[in-house]
Amino acid sequence: MTEERLSTAGEDLLTIAGLTKAYPGVVANDQVSFAIRPGEVHALLGENGAGKSTLVKMIYGLVKPDAGTMTFKGMPYAPSEPRAARATGVAMVFQHFSLFEALDVAENIALGMENPPKMRDLAARIREVSQNYGLPLDPDQLVGDLSAGERQRVEIIRCLLQNPKLLIMDEPTSVLTPQEVAILFQTLEKLRGEGCSILYISHKLEEIRALCDHATVLRLGKVVGTCNPRQETARAMAEMMVGEVLHVPLKAPRVPQEVALEIEALDVPARTAFGTSLKDINMAVQMGEILGIGGVAGNGQDELCSVISGEILVGASQVRLLGNAVGDKGPNARRALGMLAAPEERLGHAAAPDMSLTENALLSGAVREGLETRGMIDWGRTREFAKKIIQEFDVRTPSANTAARALSGGNLQKFVIGREILQNPSVLVVNQPTWGVDASAAAAIRQALLDLASAGAAIVVISQDLDELMEISDRFAALNEGRLSQPVEASGLTVDQIGLMMGGAHDLDPVPASSEALA
Amino acid sequence: MIVLEKRPQPSKLWTAITPVFAVVATMIAGGIMFALLGKDPFEAIRTIFWDPLFNEQFAAFSRPQLLVKAAPLILIATGLAMGFRAGVWNIGAEGQYIIGALSGAAVGLAFYPTESFFIFPLMVIAGALGGFLWAMIPGLLKVKFHTNEILVSLLLVYVAEFILASMALGALRNPEGNGFPGSRNFKDYPSAFNAELLPNTGLHWGVVAAIIAVIFAYVLFSKHMMGFHIRLAGQAPKAARFGGVDPARLILFCLGTSGALAGLAGLFEVSGPAGQVSIDFNVGYGFTAIIVAFLGRLNPFGILLAGLLMALTYIGGELASFMLGVPTAAIQAFQGMLLFFLLAVDVLTNYRIRFGKRKVA
Repeated sequence: MTEERLSTAGEDLLTIAGLTKAYPGVVANDQVSFAIRPGEVHALLGENGAGKSTLVKMIYGLVKPDAGTMTFKGMPYAPSEPRAARATGVAMVFQHFSLFEALDVAENIALGMENPPKMRDLAARIREVSQNYGLPLDPDQLVGDLSAGERQRVEIIRCLLQNPKLLIMDEPTSVLTPQEVAILFQTLEKLRGEGCSILYISHKLEEIRALCDHATVLRLGKVVGTCNPRQETARAMAEMMVGEVLHVPLKAPRVPQEVALEIEALDVPARTAFGTSLKDINMAVQMGEILGIGGVAGNGQDELCSVISGEILVGASQVRLLGNAVGDKGPNARRALGMLAAPEERLGHAAAPDMSLTENALLSGAVREGLETRGMIDWGRTREFAKKIIQEFDVRTPSANTAARALSGGNLQKFVIGREILQNPSVLVVNQPTWGVDASAAAAIRQALLDLASAGAAIVVISQDLDELMEISDRFAALNEGRLSQPVEASGLTVDQIGLMMGGAHDLDPVPASSEALA
Repeated sequence: MIVLEKRPQPSKLWTAITPVFAVVATMIAGGIMFALLGKDPFEAIRTIFWDPLFNEQFAAFSRPQLLVKAAPLILIATGLAMGFRAGVWNIGAEGQYIIGALSGAAVGLAFYPTESFFIFPLMVIAGALGGFLWAMIPGLLKVKFHTNEILVSLLLVYVAEFILASMALGALRNPEGNGFPGSRNFKDYPSAFNAELLPNTGLHWGVVAAIIAVIFAYVLFSKHMMGFHIRLAGQAPKAARFGGVDPARLILFCLGTSGALAGLAGLFEVSGPAGQVSIDFNVGYGFTAIIVAFLGRLNPFGILLAGLLMALTYIGGELASFMLGVPTAAIQAFQGMLLFFLLAVDVLTNYRIRFGKRKVA
């Protein structure tokens, strides 16, 4: 029986045995077993869809397993809801924050507590904990004014106030600058020193190699291996995740060419209360060149993408395409000239959720693919175009008539990127091209972007994945609070330089923070 | 526990079935209401749905009335559906209907007593233009100043009603009417009269216009970029912007078209079945058309059927209050139930019901 097997693992903090969870049509977790020791940083590795999120949701009491058992400190553990998990000593920091922008830090933290203390006492506690762990935070500040990194600190401190034995972190560094990552790691090291275990979910392999003691690798819901990340190469772990040998995109050498896209002295005020205004943006992208733009989300990426796509109109000469002033032209006029875009938000922006893939092919393809004549739609050609995208970009879908929202995120992403690439643009801007796409599909998308560039297109890739930008960019620039840094040659850039371009860590740098905490 | 689970895509079957469901539920709930009022529910339902069409005594009068009442509803609802699909909420079709009727009638009366073939077409154009311009008021205010078109168009209904009263008592009053309110009767002015095209069928030019509007709207929605953009803007405004849709142009198109169609409906009504501009010649078609548009699932052919059904409840309702003494308010409540149940069962197109323990996703 499983019970007997569990009893041998008495010294483990959390033991998981045979956890299984099936959803209609997919087994998210299949007989998953592993153990987390006290004071260990345990990595959970796997591609999107490997079942990492389902697994931690079961540990946190958000999802009930179909089969299998968990043991926490030798006691049977089966949380019925997150409150029970928190009472046992399990806390979790989610990838997507659940914070109210219009409330201040202390109010946000009080909202998540069972019996919040008086606000003044709570504020004092927050100051104390944030000092102790080197995560400076002002309890009276509005969350709407905080950077992504600072918001994450709110979530972490919310967890730390419960004195957890096990802290689950889901992709914590995806929103951080390299300097902020360094601060976070110091905090996690300190927690580990105090005996708190950490279950760390990420697909950033170098981070896991630097931080974690032990790694469990999931693929298609099953545990496919365990390793000591400090002894493995990132490549070996990636191949364990993917189950195949990874294809690294090839970059052809490039000679300087004519400038295709030029943006000059661009200022765009913020459109909403928590939007970002663009300040004095200047850039020029040559034909055949890929300009990578990094930065933490919410620093003007969406706005910049909209300025290039034509959704935000500016002065005519502020955006130039092959010398033509197009700043005051709308999206379809720009498409006719060869300037295309793939926005970040797949459902609702790049694609209409309730419309079929065929209709979504028409959405941006009408002009260049000749899918309409004098307003009348040629549905036959539109369907052909949709099928071509589905085939050439390996979009997994029952048919072209399937609603966009029924596709998985990665498949829809392939469709959205494929739709623009197949229209053969002379300028293309893509925002987060491989967000949520599995490693082999991501490699295919990057390769398609590189091929497009070597065929002469000017490409702007906006991404938060620095490894991706370093892999495909010719030049690199960073967006920070709506300002674009001077683009520099991508080859030879160090992580520190990139971090500084991204604005470093907000209001502090790693070393004084920790010394302050010790004082 | 009963749990609603979102369907991966909207169910085509349920989209078609829900109106039938709503009609049946309305019959049941309405029957209960009639029973509580002390009327025989089966007789009441039969009087409303069956007698107007098949009762030997009433059908000769009621059947032509069906087209007469359905035409304005279908004409207005088809226009409204364009806006509703795009998320542009024109609630003031009643006002556009009145202004269209007044404009068209004024043009016709201005030519009195000249007889010529061009007078009626001119009235049609004036009617459409009047409704169009009245709808442009909320349209331009929304585009320029971001006002709420629901409020503006609704409030303009009351303004239109006052203009109507003033016209019926003043400028358009019949000079030979011995001081009674109301304009000349178009029945006595052949060039301007919207006569029955075939005797005793109820078929007049408004019916023809309604059928043309339905076909036009069908082609627009299924084959034309404008219809695609309307659907896109309603479902995903950000995606519409990305697709190159100009929101201002779309708002003006939707309000303008629905206003023009409502104006046409008003003109055909005032110059035909109503016969004259009187203080209360309008009977709320502009508001009922909102129900018709939703009952027809914002689909042109659905609206055609829904308009006929709604006209039937009107005629049957009158019959029921006349024959059985059912209060008029109860008939209106009955019509309201139809919209209520339709919106309630609508949830089934996007969600399915599961019985059993809630699963946490």
